[in-house]
Amino acid sequence: MKTKGRVNGIISNIVIVKADGPVGQNEICHVYCGDTRMMAEVIKVIGDNAYVQVFDSTRGLKIGDRVEFEGHMLEATLAPGLLSRNYDGLQNDLEKMDSLFIQRGSITDPIDFEKKWEFKPLAKAGDKVSAASWLGEVKEQWVAHKIMVPFTMEDTYTVKSVAEAGEYKVTDRIAVITDAEGHDHEITMVQKWPVKQAIRCYAEKPRPSRVMETGVRAIDTFNPLAEGGTGFIPGPFGAGKTVLQHAISKQADADVIIIVACGERANEVVEIFTEFPELVDPRTGHKLMERTIIICNTSNMPVAAREASVYTGMTIGEYYRAMGLKVLVMADSTSRWAQALREMSNRLEELPGQDAFPVDLSAIISNFYSRAGLVKLNNGETGSVTFLGTVSPAGGNLKEPVTESTKKAARCFYALSQGRADSKRYPAIDPLESYSKYLEYPEVREYLDSRIEEGWVDRVYAGKTLVQRGKEANDQINILGDDGVPIEYHERFWKSELIDFVILQQDAFDAIDANCPIERQKMMYEMVLDVCNRDFSFEGFEECASFFKSLINLFRQMNYSEWKSQKFEDYKKQIEKVLSEKESGVKAEKTLKEESNKESK
Amino acid sequence: MTTRAFQKIYTKIDNITKATVSLRAQGVGNDELATVGGKLAQVVKIMGDQVTLQVFAGTEGITTDSEVIFHGEPPKLRVSDSLAGRFFNAYGEPLEGGELLEGEEREIGGPTVNPFRRKQPSELIATGIAGIDLNNTIVSGQKIPFFADPDQPYNAVMANVALRAKADKIILGGMGLSNDDFLYFKQVFENAGALDRIVSFVNTTENPPVERLLVPDMALTAAEYFAVDKGEKVLVLLTDMTLYADALAIVSNRMDQIPSKDSMPGSLYSDLAKIYEKAVQLPNGGSITIIAVTTLSGGDITHAIPDNTGYITEGQLFLRNDSDTGKVIVDPFRSLSRLKQLVIGKKTREDHPQVMNACVRLYADAANAKTKLENGFDLSDYDERALKFAYDYSQKLLAIDVNIEITEMLDIAWGLFAKYFTREEVAIKEELIKKYWPQDK
Repeated sequence: MKTKGRVNGIISNIVIVKADGPVGQNEICHVYCGDTRMMAEVIKVIGDNAYVQVFDSTRGLKIGDRVEFEGHMLEATLAPGLLSRNYDGLQNDLEKMDSLFIQRGSITDPIDFEKKWEFKPLAKAGDKVSAASWLGEVKEQWVAHKIMVPFTMEDTYTVKSVAEAGEYKVTDRIAVITDAEGHDHEITMVQKWPVKQAIRCYAEKPRPSRVMETGVRAIDTFNPLAEGGTGFIPGPFGAGKTVLQHAISKQADADVIIIVACGERANEVVEIFTEFPELVDPRTGHKLMERTIIICNTSNMPVAAREASVYTGMTIGEYYRAMGLKVLVMADSTSRWAQALREMSNRLEELPGQDAFPVDLSAIISNFYSRAGLVKLNNGETGSVTFLGTVSPAGGNLKEPVTESTKKAARCFYALSQGRADSKRYPAIDPLESYSKYLEYPEVREYLDSRIEEGWVDRVYAGKTLVQRGKEANDQINILGDDGVPIEYHERFWKSELIDFVILQQDAFDAIDANCPIERQKMMYEMVLDVCNRDFSFEGFEECASFFKSLINLFRQMNYSEWKSQKFEDYKKQIEKVLSEKESGVKAEKTLKEESNKESK
Repeated sequence: MTTRAFQKIYTKIDNITKATVSLRAQGVGNDELATVGGKLAQVVKIMGDQVTLQVFAGTEGITTDSEVIFHGEPPKLRVSDSLAGRFFNAYGEPLEGGELLEGEEREIGGPTVNPFRRKQPSELIATGIAGIDLNNTIVSGQKIPFFADPDQPYNAVMANVALRAKADKIILGGMGLSNDDFLYFKQVFENAGALDRIVSFVNTTENPPVERLLVPDMALTAAEYFAVDKGEKVLVLLTDMTLYADALAIVSNRMDQIPSKDSMPGSLYSDLAKIYEKAVQLPNGGSITIIAVTTLSGGDITHAIPDNTGYITEGQLFLRNDSDTGKVIVDPFRSLSRLKQLVIGKKTREDHPQVMNACVRLYADAANAKTKLENGFDLSDYDERALKFAYDYSQKLLAIDVNIEITEMLDIAWGLFAKYFTREEVAIKEELIKKYWPQDK
């Protein structure tokens, strides 16, 4: 018997329901406004009054309107056929909605229940299995989609039978498993999981050790993101958060990418809808959309579903992780989610924390970030969920609650700076403020030693020091004037500019420069470091500036040229020529000086 | 709004604040309209049989025994082609008399366009102002505000932009518009012979502030009619969104909500997004483009209103007085159009992106030189040239009184490059330099 209730109060999208039976925290219910059925979630219970947040507009709702409680929490439907879909925050397939406008109470199936999948058994009768054990697989796009024992089945079971290879619908029985007491359980390809709970069906969660390559130099070279790691990108508006996220979603070395557009602009999602089906993933040769799932709750869609959208995204990520895949989940922007929490908390008249955010904001954020990670599955395979969120700090001030709470939870910090954005130095990742804790992990060091080169991390730190010193030199130049400092200061400054222009800056709109594979990053970085390690001598600061400017120009042309093409090699030769001319010039000068010294002696 | 025969009339109001009243009533729907003592009000909260109403015109003069009549429906607007050429108040009633509207009634603040049904904006909207067309090109379906101090001529610029843009309809949503500015808009549109393309919903400073809350939704409902039903290109002008947000703050304050940053309601982001996100490029070729004004206090963009706006809109246009040339310019550093990538170099000449970037970079060099000068350092020859370039650039391209075609803007920029700089200093792709550098021609 389902619990029923009647509407007893309405404050915007919070509805107070008088229930006639048991009600659970976070339980889902449906509120009926005339014929329209709207989904809602219980967020507080006082006596027999349940406070529910409605995932839709409550316009026209009346006291006494009917409510039905469903007896379960908000769930994601997990089955083959999730890839390439465009969902709203509650996993309704947007593509299946016919009308131009999203009508209230629109519900569409997250997957195709009629489609037949080519099933291949992996388990056999007699096998011992538990939650998340692989029973079989189907080919979803080019991913081997594992059909698993549902995560909610907590015991160990014995496989009684597995369906033979062949075509099945997702609701067809593909296995029967028997529990310790001898009861049979039928397994289909569909399972459901409450999105706010982490899926923990794995053997262990080791520290991340590999790096997830993104093709963005400022990240891969300077502050790498670990596979199964967490990172966040705070930045004021116009600093390029979304462009950076899109670049990563196009280029990241992941099997499945889940993009959660959380409370952001609809046109940005349209860009993905339009571009991804056309763009090809250079690693696999497949269309980008084939490995992508979009969950979109744009800023004008119901606020309450914003929170649901990030959890739905994470849950689908964990589902694919359990198949031994590399998953990247990205959310733009987690601040909007925090603001949704604030709106609710405010309407519930809770005592506010800082900036009127709920006091448990920090706990909610770290709990969410902790769901990412590299895991060792029960069968020895590994899978990972890497999470990258953006944060939109109010007023661009990083000392606000969402940024500070996220900083405690995420291991990589990519601070976008207004100053860099203003001077069009994109991506505007501040080289001094940003960090990746993973560079300190011995596992990651070791991995980079073998992936790129022995001693790579030390070289990265050397580069960081050069940038730091360059900034200090520039500060001095600005205080004392061009003539007021020794030439070495200018040289130091320009070396840091060289790193900035050639390595840190990258043109996300240029077909070639946008994606820089790790081999190319290594080569460019080493060439730049080589220049930085040389000592030059200049007549004056203007000569120093023009020398480095011409060098920067050549390096940038290299960045714009196809990898190892004739053009690329030509520019490389030109750089070598400029350097050797400068050096021989230096030598010539030195010998001249030495000679004149000798003569004077 | 006439009363209907069977409607129940309540005459006992329990609480009255400056903007809200509450009373016991039954069968009331959320968001529904009501008349309280002859003034229009909307249901904002229902607790059991206790209903709270927000009275748009303010509660002055309302007594505890004033008549309350519920209308049984949310605010609506009658839409038809007869909207064109007319001026309305915040409730969609014709100003200066005239016939009442005909046509289908539509709820204002209606549902969201399914993001999956949207099309990618791709049509350039030319304004003739180089600070916009060259550096921050606007695209149909975009939403972009002017960030301006109250003393700047933003309304004049906006009226110009509206008239030059080749829109089928221009819908003006005026919030807290001074009567003088309202008359200015009217006159400009009249002089241009464009009145038949214009629909206006206006709340002037003479009207109560809370009424403003209806204006954007009214304007956008009309816009959706022309764009969705008629497939027209609609340009919506919203001025001034800061005053709209102020009205939101007043209401939330009266309802005892806990304020967040800068005394603004915690839902400010969602409230503004609901309006701006109505900008859309539709599959039928129709589009809604929103150009808004957000006034700043002392250029402070970290205040909650411009800050939240910036996160919602697709860029912003910053107006600034340039003391060197004595002109109002569109600030190239702080202005941004996020959608320009979709058209520049594609719908405009190929050299557009590079020329635009080079100009801004050189202008930045000039700004550095200026700082140097102010700090008493000597200027290099390059600095001197950059300063001269900046003066010309500001005068000939950035000033808002410029009105030329984009190709001409590009040619002017090349002219300035050649006049003050070497090719290496301009650092544009070689192919383009060969083609467009003036002396080569």
